[in-house]
Amino acid sequence: MDDAITPNQPIAADLLSIAGRTFRSRLIIGTGKYKNYAQNAAALQASGAEIVTVAVRRVNLTDPGQPRLVDFIDPATTTYLPNTAGCFTGEDAVRTLRLAREAGGWDLVKLEVLSDPKHLYPDMAETLRAAEMLIREGFQVMVYCSDDPVYAKRLEEVGCCAIMPLGAPIGSGLGVQNPVNIRLIVEQTQVPVIVDAGVGTASDAAVAMELGCDGVLMNTAIAEAKDPVRMARAMRHAVIAGREAYLAGRMAKKRYADPSSPLAGLI
Amino acid sequence: MRVTVNGETRDVAAGLTLTAFLASIGVDASNVAVERNREIVPRSDYDATALREADQLEIVQFVGGG
Repeated sequence: MDDAITPNQPIAADLLSIAGRTFRSRLIIGTGKYKNYAQNAAALQASGAEIVTVAVRRVNLTDPGQPRLVDFIDPATTTYLPNTAGCFTGEDAVRTLRLAREAGGWDLVKLEVLSDPKHLYPDMAETLRAAEMLIREGFQVMVYCSDDPVYAKRLEEVGCCAIMPLGAPIGSGLGVQNPVNIRLIVEQTQVPVIVDAGVGTASDAAVAMELGCDGVLMNTAIAEAKDPVRMARAMRHAVIAGREAYLAGRMAKKRYADPSSPLAGLI
Repeated sequence: MRVTVNGETRDVAAGLTLTAFLASIGVDASNVAVERNREIVPRSDYDATALREADQLEIVQFVGGG
């Protein structure tokens, strides 16, 4: 049986490659909004993610003995992706990520330059300017962006190593709102495309992957689930299922029914 | 002498090194980054960096975020 179908063919060969680093998991999770870092670490393990986003903030000097993220999620085994949350200008972003580079010693970063707190949409003009500044400083920039294919192309052209369009507003859990644009971005982009923000439940992640995205980044969908660890596991399966379905190539949609059992031989 | 650390004014001994200062406030230097007057201080320079009057320090670390 040379042409035997291996039913549980491992997907190990289907690696995600970002800026020269390779990952088996296509799920990236945030580390905000969890009950505590222990729950966060348990969710990370259940999710199978190999990359976590992290923020850079002042050390609490009145209580420096507070739990530290690094004591629960080891930066030696999980890739920390420092973000620029809270930055509204390119200068803020550069300052924050220089500190992140010094604290962690790595240059793979997530750029997000937001605008109005009501919708948290990225300020794309400033995001593009900040990306150029960071790339000049040697950072590998994974960029959070709107689902506008024109800006996505510009961000790729200036050298961003991953394009990360929103599926829906940050923390909204509304799912992919504009699959047409996400697909356009996927089709035109040579670097990984990762839907960042807007996923609410497992099917949303699967939809993003079925559109051909290279990965999904989420925080609130897991952290604010009633059982975050279980939702993390669900997301792991959803991302794998969506990816496999995309690679498998779905059947054509038809307007009418088509019986699965043969019509010939009916008694 | 007075320095500003993470937005708060503190009295410290003149000539205190950054290493000694971090130890005095209970901060593990291994996972933080320090900015002094808007310039990053490389970790390898902490021993050789003496604080000066009116220095502005920012001491940051990684925390949970999305």
